[in-house]
Amino acid sequence: MTMIHVTTTVNGDEVEFLCDPRETLLDVLRDRLALTGAKEGCGTGDCGACSVTVDDRLVCSCLMLGAEAEGKSIGTIEGMADGEALHPLQEKFIEYAALQCGVCTPGVLVATEALLKKNPDPTETEVRYWLAGNLCRCTGYDKIIRAVLDTAADLRKAS
Amino acid sequence: MVEVNLWSGLKAFTDGQEKVEIDAKNVGEVLRGLVQAYPGLEPAIEAGVSVAVDGRIVASSLTEPVSETSEVYLIQRLRGG
Amino acid sequence: MAPDGHGTNGFKVVGTRPNRPDGVDKVTGRAKFGADAAAPGMLHAAIVRSPHAHAKILKIDSAKAEAMKGVKAVVTRADFAEGLTGENWNILENVMASDTALYDGHAVAAVAASTPLAARDAAKLIEVEYELLPHVTDVDKAMGSGAPVIRTGAADKSVPEGMHPNVVRYHESGHGDVEKGFAEADLVLEDSFKTEATHQGYIEPHACLAQLGPDGKGEVWCCTQGHFNVQKVCAALVGTDASQLRVTPSEIGGGFGGKTVVFIEPVALALSRKANRPVKLVMSRSEVFRATGPTASTSMDIKIGMTRDGKITAAQGVFRLQGGAFPGAPMEFTAMCAFAPYALENVHQVGYDVMSNRPKQAAYRAPGSPMAAFAVESVVDQLCNELDLDPIEVRLKNASKEGTKASFGPKFDRIGLVETLEAAKAHPHHKAPLAEGQGRGISCGFWFNHGGETAVSLALSEDGTVSLSVGTPDIGGSRASMGQMAAEELGIPYEKIRTTVADTATLGYNEISHGSRVTYASGLATIQAARDTVQKLCARAAAKWGIDEDAVVWEDGCAKPSGPNAGEFEPLPLARIARSMGRTGGPIVGHFEATPEGAGVSFATHIVDAEVDKETGQTKVVRYTVVQDAGKAIHPTYVEGQFQGGAAQGIGWALNEEYIYGEDGRLQNSLFLDYRIPVASDLPMIDTVIVEVPNPGHPYGVRGVGETSICPPLAAIANAVSNAAGVRLKELPMSPPRILAALAAQADG
Repeated sequence: MTMIHVTTTVNGDEVEFLCDPRETLLDVLRDRLALTGAKEGCGTGDCGACSVTVDDRLVCSCLMLGAEAEGKSIGTIEGMADGEALHPLQEKFIEYAALQCGVCTPGVLVATEALLKKNPDPTETEVRYWLAGNLCRCTGYDKIIRAVLDTAADLRKAS
Repeated sequence: MVEVNLWSGLKAFTDGQEKVEIDAKNVGEVLRGLVQAYPGLEPAIEAGVSVAVDGRIVASSLTEPVSETSEVYLIQRLRGG
Repeated sequence: MAPDGHGTNGFKVVGTRPNRPDGVDKVTGRAKFGADAAAPGMLHAAIVRSPHAHAKILKIDSAKAEAMKGVKAVVTRADFAEGLTGENWNILENVMASDTALYDGHAVAAVAASTPLAARDAAKLIEVEYELLPHVTDVDKAMGSGAPVIRTGAADKSVPEGMHPNVVRYHESGHGDVEKGFAEADLVLEDSFKTEATHQGYIEPHACLAQLGPDGKGEVWCCTQGHFNVQKVCAALVGTDASQLRVTPSEIGGGFGGKTVVFIEPVALALSRKANRPVKLVMSRSEVFRATGPTASTSMDIKIGMTRDGKITAAQGVFRLQGGAFPGAPMEFTAMCAFAPYALENVHQVGYDVMSNRPKQAAYRAPGSPMAAFAVESVVDQLCNELDLDPIEVRLKNASKEGTKASFGPKFDRIGLVETLEAAKAHPHHKAPLAEGQGRGISCGFWFNHGGETAVSLALSEDGTVSLSVGTPDIGGSRASMGQMAAEELGIPYEKIRTTVADTATLGYNEISHGSRVTYASGLATIQAARDTVQKLCARAAAKWGIDEDAVVWEDGCAKPSGPNAGEFEPLPLARIARSMGRTGGPIVGHFEATPEGAGVSFATHIVDAEVDKETGQTKVVRYTVVQDAGKAIHPTYVEGQFQGGAAQGIGWALNEEYIYGEDGRLQNSLFLDYRIPVASDLPMIDTVIVEVPNPGHPYGVRGVGETSICPPLAAIANAVSNAAGVRLKELPMSPPRILAALAAQADG
């Protein structure tokens, strides 16, 4: 099969890769660009573990083809911290133990950051519905929701 | 002698008895003694059993001591999730 | 071992809530999980699975696949060890079918190729010819006359004569005279219950990277709850020596019992041996649903007698568990846990392990116990309703305590059931008013917990920091609690310790992370390894000072003379002794190897409020409180996390989750879209109360907490839903169609 040449931006850096037309963006990120932070939990867009942003829009990278990344700007969990400074959400997730096994965590964090950009003052219900596409099997969501609400409050105070 | 309590499913192999007396000083000797006295118990014991000694469930260790006054129960081997 | 010196107070690090050592890795995407590994020259594998529930495999033709560009190896059952017996045979038969496919999704062949897509394409080219056989997937039908036989000769000697060959194990236990007990009751209720199979639902599918050379030496990287078990099982299944196979556990993306089992590692090893290249094998979600996990499904009959004032006079239960096409459904635990919360003079329980054409069941958090609690606690709730008694008072009146003869035989040691009930009674949730359409449910739950083989090593570095190696994969933050226990003993800051989950070449055998054993057993071993280290540190100080080792004590991270008679010396901190250890006797390493046998059983009481929409049958859990005995919470935040996670999984099991099989015996909902686990918008906050009744079998009093949390929810929610809907729900999950059917049946009288 002929490979497709793609030029795109990932976490601010220009990136080029060749991919099979059937490969998903998630396959490309993980297998071709060695960015394994996004996880494949289902491959059908149900679990959100592969969440990334494409031109600032939250998407399941398992539902998009790698070839479709041409000319786009992709954001992944690997780009969330600013150098050695963790994003406030990352700090709060550790502090609140908002993760147990941690496999859903990259997706949850990417999705949450997208939420707070859109809505800096979400209610508990809004956070729960926004994150309804990110499955977590360990925590029962309690500590995740608290970490998100408290980070949002901190960020509002700081701004 | 130590009085060993069996689960009632094992009665079929001990002439209908749910309590049997075994000469033993530790869990390993209890299990060996049971098989010697009642060979029909061997498959169940081989499949894995735990022994409760005075309420403490000994899941696998054969060296745990038992005495004549110990309360000894055979229970099925524990597994978990 | 009794809880020693520390008691429950006086701790400096234990009981605090430090950040986990792998926190930064987990929030930055850096943590390496099963599918995140790669090796130079690596191939990718795919498995061919039976689309039929039960079929003879007539022929496997891999010629077309092998001719495909990039394909390097194809394996079938012929590529695995021969002559296995017992459980190893069962595991191999499940890993790769021999002559019969026993369930939809059963592996029949596998292929390795240069890319994941090539492997998947090649798998489609492997032609398998089947002859269909009659199948059965329901537990009651599988043990009924005329049911197709899954495998003759699978039953063990415990099964009474005359049973269907699909009944492969039998359990019976109890004491007293239940008939006499029922005669003494003012009210006797009898009912039947069913629960469907559910999946553990970990978000990370099984994944491994394996290498096996023609010299029989190999390496495995995989997500597992027990890498030493992977080593043992793989060595047997591919026919090599265990010690030639080094297994390194990756970070694990959830397990809940489902990753105690070996599924794909032997397949990757067999492919690697054939191709002489590393092979990566990652399951799809659909494969996870069809071929791993699930729990047993059940059919249960319960009969309980009670006096007017709430005393239970007798109880009996019959528990039939379907565990797929292999023996092993945990019916003995279902039977033994069923009545454990109650002090009963007359109790009798029977269990049947039944085979059917479904995947081999795997442990799921307190295997077998949640279903039992659902059935028993539903009947207790009905008795309370009919006799107009308070459900917590009735449970307190009949509660098991220290010295009670347990329903499964022996006397209980120190236990905390009464304490959880008292805490539930005192909780504001218990008395909070309910809104229209809401109902409240209460349930208790019980699990044994486990100790198991454990080895830990603790090495000092010259800068006075500590490397702690444990052999139990960290599923939910256990590295933090291990570090806390080591810090407590050594008297140094938590941050000076790094806890690592070591590979199979580094430590002695460690049993799987199961049975809620990690914080108990690896924790106990960590404490003992630290004490071993302290003894060595004291010996170095004694030698330096020229006094007896007995005259040195360890306090606040320093060796000190034990009293004025020992002499006057400046305290020697750990870092000072470590700095010169190379010249005072060599490296200082403490270790501990044992099979700790004092896990200590655990109880919980849950309170839940549910709201039922009688028009749609939809249920919403509006308030949830978990009260559980943790013995001693090392890291309370992670203990709460275990409580909340167990409750959430229980909510899914109670309301949504189920394996749905079609008439053709195929699984119809093998995706998260159709097998719906709770999402954030389904759940309320989950309140927790940690009760601490110390376990006499652990130096700090720790009891396992991971599993008991899933025992009460099915029953508590069923009671809440039944009380809200005004009709008793007897089948799980209580999905909208089942609730509507129950309401309709009630309306029809």
